[in-house]
Amino acid sequence: MSLEDKDRIFTNVYGYQPWNLKAAQARGDWDNTKALLALGQDKIIDEMKASGLRGRGGAGFPTGLKWSFMPKESKDGRPSFLVINADESEPGSCKDREIIRHDPHKLIEGALVAGFAMRARAAYIYIRGEYIREAEVLVAAVQEAYDAGLLGKNAAKSGYDFDVFVHRGAGAYICGEETAMIESIEGKKGQPRLKPPFPAGAGLYGCPTTVNNVESIAVAPTILRRGAAWFSSFGRDNNKGTKLFQISGHVNKPCVVEEAMSIPFSELIEKHCGGIRGGRDNLLAVIPGGSSVPLVPAAEIWDAPMDFDGLRAVGSGLGTAAVIVMDKSTDIVRAISRLSHFYMHESCGQCTPCREGTGWMYRVMERLRTGDADVAEIDMLHDVTKQVEGHTICALGDAAAWPIQGLIRHFRPELERRIAENVREAAE
Amino acid sequence: MADRHLEPDSPELRARWGSFAFNAAWDTKAKAAIARYPAGRQRSAVMALLDYAQRQVGEETQTQGWLPIPVMEYVAKYLDMPIIRVVEVASFYTMYNLVPVGRFHVQVCGTTPCMLRGSDDIMAACKARGMHKGHTTDDGMWTLTEVECMGNCASAPMVQINDDNFEDLTADRLNTVLDALAKGESPKAGTQEPGRHTVEPLGGPTTLTAMVSANHDYRKEW
Amino acid sequence: MPKVTVDGIELEVPQGATVLQACELAGKEIPRFCYHERLSIAGNCRMCLVEVAPGPPKPQASCALPAAEGQVIKTDSPMVKRAREGVMEFLLINHPLDCPICDQGGECDLQDQSVAYGRGSSRFHEHKRAVTEKYMGPLIKTTMTRCIQCTRCVRFSEEIAGVDEIGALYRGENMQITTYLEKAATHELSANVIDLCPVGALTSGPYAFEARPWELKKTLSIDVSDALGSNVRLDSRGREVLRILPRVNDDVNEEWLSDKGRYQVDGLMKRRLDRPYVRRDGKLVPASWDEAFAAVASVNPGKSVAVIAGDLVDCETMFAAKALAGALGSSLLEGRQTGLSYDCSNLAAVNFNSGLAGIEDADALLIVGSHVRWEAPVLNPRLRKAAMRGAKVYVVGPHWDATYPVTNLGNDLAVLGKLPKDADEVFKSAQRPALIIGGAGLGKGALDACLALAEKYKLVRATDSGAWNGFNALHMAASRMGGLMLGYAQTGGIADLVAAKPKLVLSLGADEVDYTKFAGSTVVYIGHHGDKGAHAADVVLPGAAFTEKPGTYVNTEGRVQLADKAVFAPGDAREDWTVLRALADAMGVSVGFDSFDELRAAMAKAVPALGREGLADYGALPKGKAGASGVIDAYPIKDFYLTNPIARASETMQRCSAELLHGESFAEAAE
Repeated sequence: MSLEDKDRIFTNVYGYQPWNLKAAQARGDWDNTKALLALGQDKIIDEMKASGLRGRGGAGFPTGLKWSFMPKESKDGRPSFLVINADESEPGSCKDREIIRHDPHKLIEGALVAGFAMRARAAYIYIRGEYIREAEVLVAAVQEAYDAGLLGKNAAKSGYDFDVFVHRGAGAYICGEETAMIESIEGKKGQPRLKPPFPAGAGLYGCPTTVNNVESIAVAPTILRRGAAWFSSFGRDNNKGTKLFQISGHVNKPCVVEEAMSIPFSELIEKHCGGIRGGRDNLLAVIPGGSSVPLVPAAEIWDAPMDFDGLRAVGSGLGTAAVIVMDKSTDIVRAISRLSHFYMHESCGQCTPCREGTGWMYRVMERLRTGDADVAEIDMLHDVTKQVEGHTICALGDAAAWPIQGLIRHFRPELERRIAENVREAAE
Repeated sequence: MADRHLEPDSPELRARWGSFAFNAAWDTKAKAAIARYPAGRQRSAVMALLDYAQRQVGEETQTQGWLPIPVMEYVAKYLDMPIIRVVEVASFYTMYNLVPVGRFHVQVCGTTPCMLRGSDDIMAACKARGMHKGHTTDDGMWTLTEVECMGNCASAPMVQINDDNFEDLTADRLNTVLDALAKGESPKAGTQEPGRHTVEPLGGPTTLTAMVSANHDYRKEW
Repeated sequence: MPKVTVDGIELEVPQGATVLQACELAGKEIPRFCYHERLSIAGNCRMCLVEVAPGPPKPQASCALPAAEGQVIKTDSPMVKRAREGVMEFLLINHPLDCPICDQGGECDLQDQSVAYGRGSSRFHEHKRAVTEKYMGPLIKTTMTRCIQCTRCVRFSEEIAGVDEIGALYRGENMQITTYLEKAATHELSANVIDLCPVGALTSGPYAFEARPWELKKTLSIDVSDALGSNVRLDSRGREVLRILPRVNDDVNEEWLSDKGRYQVDGLMKRRLDRPYVRRDGKLVPASWDEAFAAVASVNPGKSVAVIAGDLVDCETMFAAKALAGALGSSLLEGRQTGLSYDCSNLAAVNFNSGLAGIEDADALLIVGSHVRWEAPVLNPRLRKAAMRGAKVYVVGPHWDATYPVTNLGNDLAVLGKLPKDADEVFKSAQRPALIIGGAGLGKGALDACLALAEKYKLVRATDSGAWNGFNALHMAASRMGGLMLGYAQTGGIADLVAAKPKLVLSLGADEVDYTKFAGSTVVYIGHHGDKGAHAADVVLPGAAFTEKPGTYVNTEGRVQLADKAVFAPGDAREDWTVLRALADAMGVSVGFDSFDELRAAMAKAVPALGREGLADYGALPKGKAGASGVIDAYPIKDFYLTNPIARASETMQRCSAELLHGESFAEAAE
């Protein structure tokens, strides 16, 4: 059973129609938002929990549960904040951009609904600095919402006061990490904080804070309108709902498309992407969830359900559902090495294993790319990735380690071949 | 990254930028930025103010703009925060130019999704036009930088030139864009693939086809 | 009190303790680089990783993790060993192998922990990163390639010094520690980052390549550069003290030391008086001890003797001189060289009663005539702590950059008669109000008015957490409180000595006196440096600097502390008490002691508090008299780096003064 257009949430994802408030309202956004809020905080959170929505930013933490961690009342006068993560920077990921530039009111209405549910005083939308035109749209859309009385005092006539502010980043992948994002909003370098304390206890300005991905927030109003049962009718257990997939790389027609969770990889590719470039047999490997997850060889990915559990079963993860497809023309070692460069470039430099390890791993990867290495260095590199993984303040260390581990796991013969060839060439 | 450094402080730099101040337009924006944060948290606006300052410098120099030391000191004073913390921020985030750049800052995405779709060709096309990574051409027109993933992966490869993205590039398409810019024209931003609107599959969307021609309201079908 | 298990040892730890502290309480050593007890927790070096259950199946940074009931902590598991080896390896891959030419060698955390927790060999075959040097001023030598980015120096500058001088620029493996535009660090405590730096990135500039730590004899002593009595360690080799480092004493200096206390050390080898001199035909000429003593004895002063104590002298010297003057029939003793004449009949009124540590608890503070950063640099971080905890701080006197928010009430002392409304309300509602009167306040006669304020705002009171006495005098001379306890105070101050027109003036290293007022007297200078006092003297008897004699010092809070002797005085110079003892013989009187132990016993008998280490008890605060007039137009210290004869002889201090205070450029020193 495939997803029908009427069940797609982001109907203007391609931007054929205007993003503005009037057009958005005609598509159903901001439709009696007051009634949604009238459900009350507890009911909204219950509904979100029942929908089975798991965070769309990569980690997949249940969204409703996350909201429920926020304090029900402020005992010390501290306000609560919602921070919306629009710092989409994970290589392969390009879905939040489409929401922001083509359907921003879904996000803004979601901000009000989510902010209300967690009793936040305001939302800060942290949009990556490179999304310059996208930020212009977002700022204008927020202004439209204010002008229409949908934000600010007595937002959408709900009796609830709520502000939405846009904070632009300036070029740092690490700010997608929730505590680095909070630091960045506070006007500092984006260096992740130690946890505990967790943001729900002490986040932005020391106040209770929840950080949610754009897509997680933007789907909330539709879930509430159509009911948890509707949303959870898509996808397998524990992997519910619809999802924006982003397919890049060696497919005939790269695209962003909303599909039901758990759609098989093959269906996603054949139906929307015009198939693998050069045909199915030309598929080499796939990075199914953005650069941070290990690659999956062709044979294992083909029938895999595109969801959290399905991809974990093949040793990878859904991440942001950014599917990077690589055909047999790919220099697979370079493809991964380039990701290692990315992590080296984006390491904040705060903690030792990541600061030192990302550069080391990249340099060894570059030598493995040309075969200028010793076979024993493959194991050494693997050991180094294990020395980084799990030893850092935030997950960037893990993210830098996993792609390399995936490469070694599945393409060790290729690495050895290059080394052998390099030795042979040197001998000649 | 490795080549990022502060433009050295010098009497010439002080003479040129020592009296920098926001003009009325940027000052209004700066005040609005500060107002977005709670009272006493004006430091939160440092990223916005550095961006505005860079843009004003860009307007004054007919380039993308950069952050001379006296300008950073101005921002520090504006926000009543220690200058070293401002420099920390400016040097941490890659979008702040710490040295002068050209009229157009050509930022070629080289991360894997773009690489798979041919960013090598794009980089080569730039070099063929006399650009070098990390440098500005002698005529002051072009600064070339290889950047990390810009989030346009489904319309790769891409470059960002100042505020606009140019996607679905080939060497030829890029040359067309750069030629237009050089002539002072404003080439259409976004995908350069003929017939493609944004990030739908080439040849037309496989979903939501009703949206192509009209602002369809799907609620009736719920 | 959570109960935890560390490597099988069950123990209770204090509420709020971290896992690292729990491990230490269990006797387990936890390696660390970024963690420091007095700085905020950064958790960035990852060296202190331990295994904690319950928790995620990966090692946890023990410095940042709160200890919680029922935790099972392992510091010796394979996971922990592996984690430490890994972090150690990462720290070393880009660290230069230059230990043989690194001054940190032998006292380097990275070396030590590498031996204890490292892998023993390197698997890193890439090029090592190199980082350009950063100029940080005349005191801090940088070799930034050695930096492991622990950010202790950044946190010290921001949190303790309060000046945001140091930052970490760029990011990732290119992150670099620097001062803004590589300007010299100018804070008076700047050199403490050298101690904090766990590697050889920040080392001591003046001490560069002087010695290896294992060559040095370590002697416990007391800093004499101000009145705080900071606890120090003298590191000496042969006859030379090569460096001075702070010791930990939470009650006094925590573990900080002012740049002057640390770096005036090279002044100990310069301009030294190493033989007696006698003035003949208007010129000081070298003499033998016998000739010098004879010259003094020939004055035949009878009772007409006065003694002036300098700022650096120990109690024993002052007691010996007092004994000599007493034997001659005089009690004309004064230590306040520059003319101060505040009432010393009750020493509680001129003591730092809250204690140096106690002032951190103040919630309202009035500073009357004190430039604390220059007069007591190590105290200022404590005032800063109080301010950061919410204390409102008011200052009477010219502006100085406190590094924390203060309200300046102007320079006119009349304000003490009636504080402005908001200050009045703050002090009325404060739980632990405090006042600090400094040299400028004492000099302008504000003591009485301050005592009246103490009464008005109940600076002395009982609180829930014990007795509180918020009335504080902040002195600047290491000898001050000891001198006052020994009676070095005349009602009219040094003017009383001038008025008495003494035939003989004994100057105990008194270099701040206006000797033109003693033009009719024979001045005998007993001291160690050829400074102002020696130049004005008729006879110079070479004495010992504080590093060259054992001594008792009383700091501004009345804390009696002992210093040991590290090295011998140069040349013919002798410990001051022996000079005075011999002088007594020359003048034909008896002072009642023949050995240092006898001297100390006699001193303890005369002033029992000086025989006991710890805080002296001066009793209750006297009543004051409301109202003061006058204007504080300046503070007594004009140049922080040159306040005493040792500092003035120090090339390092001269350079600091020239570069940091007078803006002379020494930038070429960076190369």
